[in-house]
Amino acid sequence: MSYFQPEMEQAPRAVMRDLQSARLAETVRHVYAHVPYYRRLMDERGLTPADIRSVDDLPKLPFLTKDDLREAYPYGLLAVPLAEAVRIQSTSGTTGRRVVAFYTQQDIDLWDECCARAIVAAGGGKEDVVHVCYGYGLFTGGPGLNGGSHKVGSLTLPMSSGNTERQIQFMVDLGATILCCTPSYAAFLAETIIEKGLRDKISLKAGIFGAEAWSEEMRRDIEQKLGLKAYDIYGLTEISGPGVSFECAEQTGMHVNEDHFLVECIDPDTGKVLPEGERGEVVFSSISKKAFPLLRYRTRDICVLSRRPCSCGRTLIKMSKPMGRTDDMLIIRGVNVFPSQIETVLLNNGFPPNYQIIVDRVNFTDNFEVQVEMTPEMFSDTVKGIAAKEDDLLNSLKSMLGISPKVTLAAPRSIARSEGKAVRVIDRRKI
Amino acid sequence: MTIDQISVFMENRPGSLAEVTALLGGAGIDLRALSIADTENFGILRLIVSEPQRALEVLRAAEYVGSVTPVLAVPLADAPGSLAEVLRVLAEADISLEYLYAFITRQAGHAYVVLRVPDNARAAAVLAAGGIATACHEEIFA
Repeated sequence: MSYFQPEMEQAPRAVMRDLQSARLAETVRHVYAHVPYYRRLMDERGLTPADIRSVDDLPKLPFLTKDDLREAYPYGLLAVPLAEAVRIQSTSGTTGRRVVAFYTQQDIDLWDECCARAIVAAGGGKEDVVHVCYGYGLFTGGPGLNGGSHKVGSLTLPMSSGNTERQIQFMVDLGATILCCTPSYAAFLAETIIEKGLRDKISLKAGIFGAEAWSEEMRRDIEQKLGLKAYDIYGLTEISGPGVSFECAEQTGMHVNEDHFLVECIDPDTGKVLPEGERGEVVFSSISKKAFPLLRYRTRDICVLSRRPCSCGRTLIKMSKPMGRTDDMLIIRGVNVFPSQIETVLLNNGFPPNYQIIVDRVNFTDNFEVQVEMTPEMFSDTVKGIAAKEDDLLNSLKSMLGISPKVTLAAPRSIARSEGKAVRVIDRRKI
Repeated sequence: MTIDQISVFMENRPGSLAEVTALLGGAGIDLRALSIADTENFGILRLIVSEPQRALEVLRAAEYVGSVTPVLAVPLADAPGSLAEVLRVLAEADISLEYLYAFITRQAGHAYVVLRVPDNARAAAVLAAGGIATACHEEIFA
């Protein structure tokens, strides 16, 4: 059994609590001094940094939501001078307003260490060849695992997403041992590798798969097809990226890197903190970041937390795989999609906001279809004429969402209108 | 000279064509010609009917999306080579076709070809110069 940072991963509870309390108090002082937004939130509640001395004081602080982040866009929550910030990452948001997260060099180092812990937990070391086909760029997946692999000292293949032929060629030729990507892409790679008869030519022993929901069934299927052990990883751009929590060999939940991220589980309706073992919304506070520390950020992910001792020897609290969302966000092929984004594009392109999103999973890959109703303005007597407008719509959707749906034109008034709230999303994925 | 064609958006599902023709039949509208362009997801039904404006109103009232498009109808002798001659004249003038379809009439030995071109006036002039006439609505429904 090996660990990247055993002193933290196996810290006795009391030691961890003291460290968390000190870091929380320091972070509160830091944001109160440097971020007017936080100062206002705290002043409104009559709180000063002196009121937050230990993790027990955490519930005194107000929650932060994605709306707060959008309101603060772009620089409102930046807690250091620009001179100290070295990177942004971003997540898609509604109506063109994205969420931007900032990092100092130290923030990136700590994030990379979190990912390094995940790689080591999956059996990775200096001798390994880590194949990263998460997207690189604004998406945190690629940069996170790439940085983690560097910290471990593994040979890193910065493949990014797409071009399956090339992915497989590098995997075979360079003898990749650890694969990092979304579970649906891993399943797709597995199918393709088997089709090409290359199953005996790959050397994968582990996979670190995250950024979207997947089932135990899917895990076993990928493990069997690729002959590896599949580990889950969790994260969100707002808090840092992948590596907020990670799975160990026990495969019974993800250890939260709680020396950096405090985790709470709350009742999404009342905001009340729930006891361990109860199902609720997970809330994170980043307590070691400098550029963009968030306190009590509501993730909208529904999970269960557990402090049951783990056979891997880590004392870090575990969270279950997210079991759902408290809002209408969909995760399709690892990308966050809000129905309201689709509505915005339709309105901008002169369509009525009557649409339906149909998501299905076929051969472990998400199928994403947007059905819109034909309008007199869109209609033409030639196929070419309609296809051109269909293309415009598809391109606008693609640039708003970052992924490409299939657009299907439906007859006018054929999409069901219900009395109350229209059914906008049909998610047929069985996860 | 042009005639009015109506075009209707059709979903690819069983019964949709039956619905449209039943609506038009019920309204006493006579169909003279019909063609369907189909893609993977939808179809475009094109019709030459006795009363194009009223036909469109009937369909719109039933929530169909459609439009009226002026197209050329060229009378042809029902004999080998007559369509080839029309197409040769257009090709020589470098006129492209969006689509075409043909129909015969009650008069023996006569057929019509419906042509959808980017510029009706220019195509009609080119055809006329080649000794080829274009029909009007009244001629087709005579």
